[in-house]
Amino acid sequence: MATARNIDTSKVLELAEPLPLDSGRSLEGVRIAYEAHGTLSPARDNAILIAHALTGDQHVMSDHPKTGKPGWWVRMVGPGKPIDTDRFYVICANVIGSCMGSTGPASLAPDGAPYGMRFPVITIRDMVRGHIALLDALGIESLHAVVGGSMGGMQALSLAANFSDRTRAALVIASTARHSAQNIAFHEVGRQAIMADPAWREGDYYAAKVDGGKGPEKGLSVARMAAHITYLSEAGLTDKFGRRLQDRAEKTFGFDADFQVESYLRYQGLSFTDRFDANSYLYITRAMDYFDLAEEHGGLLANAFAGSMARYCLVSFDTDWLYPTAESRNVVHALNAAGLPVSFVELSAPYGHDSFLLDVPALDRVVEGFLKQ
Amino acid sequence: MSKLRPDLAVIAVNVAPGSSVLDVGCGDGTLLAALRDEKQCDARGMELDSANVGECVARGLSVIQGDADKDLAFYPDKSVDYAILSQTLQTTMRPDMALEQLLRIGRKAFVSFPNFAHWRVRLSLLWGGRMPVTRLLPVAWYETPNIHHLTIDDFRALVKERGIAVEGCWFLSGDTRCSPAAANFRAEHAVFLLSRG
Repeated sequence: MATARNIDTSKVLELAEPLPLDSGRSLEGVRIAYEAHGTLSPARDNAILIAHALTGDQHVMSDHPKTGKPGWWVRMVGPGKPIDTDRFYVICANVIGSCMGSTGPASLAPDGAPYGMRFPVITIRDMVRGHIALLDALGIESLHAVVGGSMGGMQALSLAANFSDRTRAALVIASTARHSAQNIAFHEVGRQAIMADPAWREGDYYAAKVDGGKGPEKGLSVARMAAHITYLSEAGLTDKFGRRLQDRAEKTFGFDADFQVESYLRYQGLSFTDRFDANSYLYITRAMDYFDLAEEHGGLLANAFAGSMARYCLVSFDTDWLYPTAESRNVVHALNAAGLPVSFVELSAPYGHDSFLLDVPALDRVVEGFLKQ
Repeated sequence: MSKLRPDLAVIAVNVAPGSSVLDVGCGDGTLLAALRDEKQCDARGMELDSANVGECVARGLSVIQGDADKDLAFYPDKSVDYAILSQTLQTTMRPDMALEQLLRIGRKAFVSFPNFAHWRVRLSLLWGGRMPVTRLLPVAWYETPNIHHLTIDDFRALVKERGIAVEGCWFLSGDTRCSPAAANFRAEHAVFLLSRG
C-alpha cells in the first residue's frame, strides 16, 4: 500500500483453526487486526469490545494509517472519555471481510493470489465469530460490554444473542435487528455501481492495480456517494449546503459540480476509494443485508435473547432515517418480552444516522452511565 | 428513605424488599434509584421524556423511553411484582386501560394521583368559576398535562366497577398523612395499592 503517514499500531492475531461460516464454508488462516487500549484487570473482567460500522476499522482512537485522520471515535473513547480507557480495556477489531488488516477479499488465498470473488460470503454472525476467536486468544471469557453503532450495533446484538455467556452488557446505537427492504435497496445500488465499473473485472482487479492500472474506483466512489446520503438528514444537508453553488456565481448549464453538495459528495466518494477495497464493500454490505436476528432464531426476535443474562441499552436518533427509531423499539420490545433489563432512548440530534459519530452530548451521558455499572 | 416526594415515599416504604418493580412515568428515576439502593429491588422504568430517560440511564437504571398509552402492551403478563403509576394516571389518554395494563404486568399496582375534589380545588372552582390553579395543580388548563382529572371517589368507583381489589390506600395533604375519613374532601393526593384479588 502507498505512503503510510503514520505507523499502524494494530496487532494481528492469526487463527490456528479454520473459522466456520454461516454459509457452510470455512476460512483458513484467518487474520484479525485489532487494537487494544487500557489495561486488562487481573480478574480479566473490564474488557469492552467496540464493533465498527461498514467502512470503519480498528482505529477507534488511534490515527488512521492511510489517511492520517484521528481515530473514528476519539470523542467517545479514551482516558476520561465516556468509554474510559483508564478504567476499561478497550478492544476494537477489524471485521473479517474488511480491508484494514483482517482477512478479506483482498487478502491472499492459500494459492497465493487474492481471493477476489472466491472469498466466501460472510454474515454479521461470522464477523462475531471472528471477535469471539479474538476474545479466546486474549483470555477474555466475558466482556463488561459490547458496544457498536450501525453495523457495529448489529454485531453487538448478534454477539449478545448468539454468544450469550460472552458479554454482560450490550450497547446498541443507531442500529437494527434486521435490514429492511429499503436498506437492502440502497446497498444494491452501491454494489451495482461497483460491478458496472469495467475496471471491477469480476472482482479480479488487484493485479491490474499493482501494475499501475485502475481498480473500480469510479464504481466504489458512486457507491459511497449514494450511501453517504443515507447517513445524513435532509435538514442536515440543507443546513450545510442548501442550493449554494460551488466556487461560481452562476450555473454553468453543464454537468460539472455546480452545487456545493455535488462537490462534497464527489470528494467523499473519491477520498473513500483511497482507503477502502471495492470487493470488501460488496461483501460487507451483503453481510448487512443478510442480517435478520429473528430469522436466525425461528422468526421470533425474543427467542434470540432466550439465553441472555445481559443488560441492554439501545439508542436511536430522531433524524436517522436509515435505521429509524422504530427499529430500535422493535428490539426493545423483544428484550422486554424476554424479561431482560433494557434501556432505550431516542435522542434528538440534527445529523441523521451519522449522529452516533458526531457531537451529541446526550449520547455521551447515556454511554458513560450505562457502562459505569 | 431519602427525600422523596410524599406519595413516592409512601410507595417506597410499602414495596417489599428485593421485589421487582416497573415504574411507569418514572421521571428522572428518583423512586427507582431509591428502590434499587435501599430496597435492593430489580427496578425498571418507562418515561416519555427523552432528557429524563437520559438522566435515568446515566444513573444506571434500566429505563425505556415510551408512552404509557401505547407501549405497556409489550410487557409480558405478571412480569413484575409491582407496577407503579405515580402522578401519571391523569395524564393518560385512557386511564382505565392504563390501569388494566398495570394489573396485567404487575402482580400488584401502586397508583398515585392528585385529588380534584380537594377542598381548595372545590373552593377555587365554586368561588372563582375558573379551572383551579392551586399548589397541587399549578398549571393553567390549556397547558396542563392532566387531561383526565379525577377524584378519590371517582377512582374508588372505577376500581369497584372493574373488580379490582384495594389492598391499601394512603392519603396525603402536603407532606402529612390524613385520615381516610372525608379523604375525598381533605386529601390532596391519594396512593392506592391494587391487585386483581
